[in-house]
Amino acid sequence: MATVLESEPEGHTGGSERAPMPEAVVVRFAGDSGDGMQLTGGQFTLSTALAGNDLATFPDFPAEIRAPQGTLFGVSAFQINFGSTEIDTAGDAPDVLVAMNPAALKTNVGALKAGGLIIADTGEFNKRNLEKAKYDVSPLEDGSLEKWQVLAFDISALTLEAVKPFGLGNKEALRCKNMWTLGLALWMFDRDRQPLIDWLKGKFAKAPVLADANIAALNAGHAYGETAELSGPLKQYHLAPAASEPGLYRTVTGAEAISYGLVAGAQLAGLDLFFGGYPITPASAILHNLARLKEFGVTTFQAEDEIAAIAAAIGASYGGQLGVTSSSGPGIALKGEAMGLAIMTELPLVIVNSQRGGPSTGLPTKTEQSDLYQAVYGRNGDAPMPVIAARSPSDAFECAIEACRLAVQYMTPVMLLTDGYIANAAEPWKVPDPNGFEAFPVTFLEEPNGPDGKVLPYARDEKGARPWIKPGTPGLMHRIGGIEKNPGTGNIDYSPGSHQTMTNARKDKIDGIAAGIPAQEVTLGEAGGKLALVGWGSTYGPIHQAVRRARRKGLDVSHIHVRHVWPLPENLGQLLKSYDQVLVPEMNTGQFKTVLRDQYLVDAKPLNKTSGQPFTIAEIEAAIAAALA
Amino acid sequence: MNEMTKIAVQTTLKDWETDQEVRWCPGCGDYAILKAVQRTLPEIGADPAKTVFVSGIGCSSRFPYYVESYGFHTIHGRAPAFATGLKLANPELDVWLVTGDGDGMSIGGNHTMHVLRRNLNTQILLFNNEIYGLTKGQYSPTSRLGTVSPTTPLGSVDRPASPCAFALGAGGRFIARAYDVSKELPAVLKAAHAHQGAAFVEIFQNCIVYNKDVFADFTEKAGAAMGQLWLKHGEPMLFNKGTKGIALDTETLSLKVVDVVDGDWQAAGVRVHDERNRALAHLLVEMPFGPFPMALGVIYDDPRPTFEAAVIEERARASAGKTANLAKLLSKGQTWTVE
Repeated sequence: MATVLESEPEGHTGGSERAPMPEAVVVRFAGDSGDGMQLTGGQFTLSTALAGNDLATFPDFPAEIRAPQGTLFGVSAFQINFGSTEIDTAGDAPDVLVAMNPAALKTNVGALKAGGLIIADTGEFNKRNLEKAKYDVSPLEDGSLEKWQVLAFDISALTLEAVKPFGLGNKEALRCKNMWTLGLALWMFDRDRQPLIDWLKGKFAKAPVLADANIAALNAGHAYGETAELSGPLKQYHLAPAASEPGLYRTVTGAEAISYGLVAGAQLAGLDLFFGGYPITPASAILHNLARLKEFGVTTFQAEDEIAAIAAAIGASYGGQLGVTSSSGPGIALKGEAMGLAIMTELPLVIVNSQRGGPSTGLPTKTEQSDLYQAVYGRNGDAPMPVIAARSPSDAFECAIEACRLAVQYMTPVMLLTDGYIANAAEPWKVPDPNGFEAFPVTFLEEPNGPDGKVLPYARDEKGARPWIKPGTPGLMHRIGGIEKNPGTGNIDYSPGSHQTMTNARKDKIDGIAAGIPAQEVTLGEAGGKLALVGWGSTYGPIHQAVRRARRKGLDVSHIHVRHVWPLPENLGQLLKSYDQVLVPEMNTGQFKTVLRDQYLVDAKPLNKTSGQPFTIAEIEAAIAAALA
Repeated sequence: MNEMTKIAVQTTLKDWETDQEVRWCPGCGDYAILKAVQRTLPEIGADPAKTVFVSGIGCSSRFPYYVESYGFHTIHGRAPAFATGLKLANPELDVWLVTGDGDGMSIGGNHTMHVLRRNLNTQILLFNNEIYGLTKGQYSPTSRLGTVSPTTPLGSVDRPASPCAFALGAGGRFIARAYDVSKELPAVLKAAHAHQGAAFVEIFQNCIVYNKDVFADFTEKAGAAMGQLWLKHGEPMLFNKGTKGIALDTETLSLKVVDVVDGDWQAAGVRVHDERNRALAHLLVEMPFGPFPMALGVIYDDPRPTFEAAVIEERARASAGKTANLAKLLSKGQTWTVE
């Protein structure tokens, strides 16, 4: 369904009048990185979810923790798309922009839909801030915002007034501005304030005066919308709850879903979970989440570096736990050698890569899908390893379980790809029943498995997997390592025959996974036709919506979204060949396109974007139209 | 040493030999170290099934293949990190780390530092031959100034690191030294094993191909008496058959060599070794060979709670009174129901 308002709402008559009901609205909160925009967005998300709207969010913040105040590069924004229909993306162009200062206006107004609403805090549009934002004249006064509706008033002063009874210092009092703004937004979209009030009481349990001040600011913002005699663009929207499957819902970010999925995966395998990590944006949240789940048999280890983090995880897997490590591109690069060891010693391991823009340090807080080659090919030697890509925050839960399953069933490291967008974005999630997943309990070798009581650590089962032998098991002492080994005993063996046999065995095992994963389905549309859009990872939302819109217009286009990026599902080649054209939208310069060409000799065409921002639906729609023109 | 390893298991030296052909150069000091370890293991009642040798890369790191226990030959410099994960997964295991001066002091210096700082209960055997052997003779971070090697044809110009000083500085609570063919090596290994926590043992090892006899000044018979100071807790620090001793120069807060006449070490001001005295340990590991003898034996031994004990304790505390209910976890926070 359409995710943004196509037409300008009518009836801008005043404070309490309700606007006609749109299907969906996109709101962007933008302010200084110290203004609490991510928090405001997060709480607005929660209220929206509780109101039963479907939603998708896009937090967009600078890499600097507290960039100099008022500067263009210090702007932090949070976009939410919500509505009464199915929502798959954070929306292309906002309908409403809340700009807490001139810099926030300048960096975000370009994206605002024509006719959209700007809410600006005039208290911050002073000479100093205008200069920092490189405005000669206040844009609120020079007519440059004519194509939009502007609602500018002194939020700073109104906030100070609202929190006056609590005797806070000026700086502390102004910190409540975000709650004032949120109150107004909650009024605009007819949201319940109570969950937020409860949350504030909990957050400031140790400083009740701050809780009270923030609640007062929130209520004041809400009351402003309710009572202010404004003639102009401020109006109230009411979005009906989105139709969704019955059940219990919550919001979830990708980082949360992965953490829970790893815990679930370890439980399904009957193992304790060991997580070795090293702080890196945007992957750290997984380590933060798991550090609080010790009662689930989770050990978290903040290592001295990325290499130690994966090495410790491999050590734990060697010891019989499910070892997991996580990072982003630069850290994954450092882990490469250790991944090779896990491949060589054939130990289970899950490696989560929350991709960000690269190369090198690149864009730490922005999203990209440019680590696909690194995941599939990025190690020395012939070092095959399965790769799975999550397409959304909620999908990340199942993908994490799948990664655990492949790791223990095939005795191999598995890479799970996610990205900054999925990791930080939230969406409603129908809480899954953990008992609804098929268990895959691990059996450790307990007795010698070779002739005459010999131990053969590199004997193989029907999947090509070797036995998992825990140190401490009597009578099964053996040595493993990164040197090429004898196919059965695992003893050092560089002979030509051994290396050929072992290289083949490692490759066959991973190739064989293709038979153990579901066949590729057409996500939207049908097998065969004029055009297939093939995606992986977080491009799911925009591709899906674009294909849906194009199909509504009668275009012959289907969407195929691939979870198992390596090895690819067995039927994918045939499926791709059933279309006249294959287009691969990716946030990189064409990596999956190359993999598909290599694997199937299909003429897959690239559609690429590397701006650090997700695709918009419109961009993909345009590409579909061009391909079918 | 762990609770588990106190349950003596009867083994002999032969039980600790694998069927693998040992592939060090004939005459390499590693053979003597291997034998000393295989001799020590039965004496401490070690159980082969619960013993794990973990190594990095280098000549020394081939060690696990030759010991009939569990073994993991990992990647260059990272053995301490693998051992950390292994120990946290199963603290019952008795883990020995085998490393070298390149593996442990150069590429893996970071991990050596952190395994000591965290105090993982493990024995760390650093074979120091002051050269890269497996890569054919390049100088190492412990090579002395002026070492001529393929990468330093005019002699090395960077100052060497001192493994024991590094280990102590990193927070190590057990620091010892020995050399490959020393009769005292098994006793030092036993003491390391008895220590609860990270036990760091630097073993001078003779690389007969690339750095032959570099320790001969004190390991060979001619220089042994003057060159070796064997430390024993509670005993005076004497060498050269009791005719010389180590005293403290209180003016400069440094050590000095004094002559002992007629065995009267007290009169000469010779200090009694106290393995719990960290300040003394710092002086001993920094004591330059030449003007002084080489400090050998257990230099420092003062245990602290181990890393894995702290992790286990924290996990127990964090889990107390909580049930691992995944369904409950997933539906945590603010939820809503769609009818």
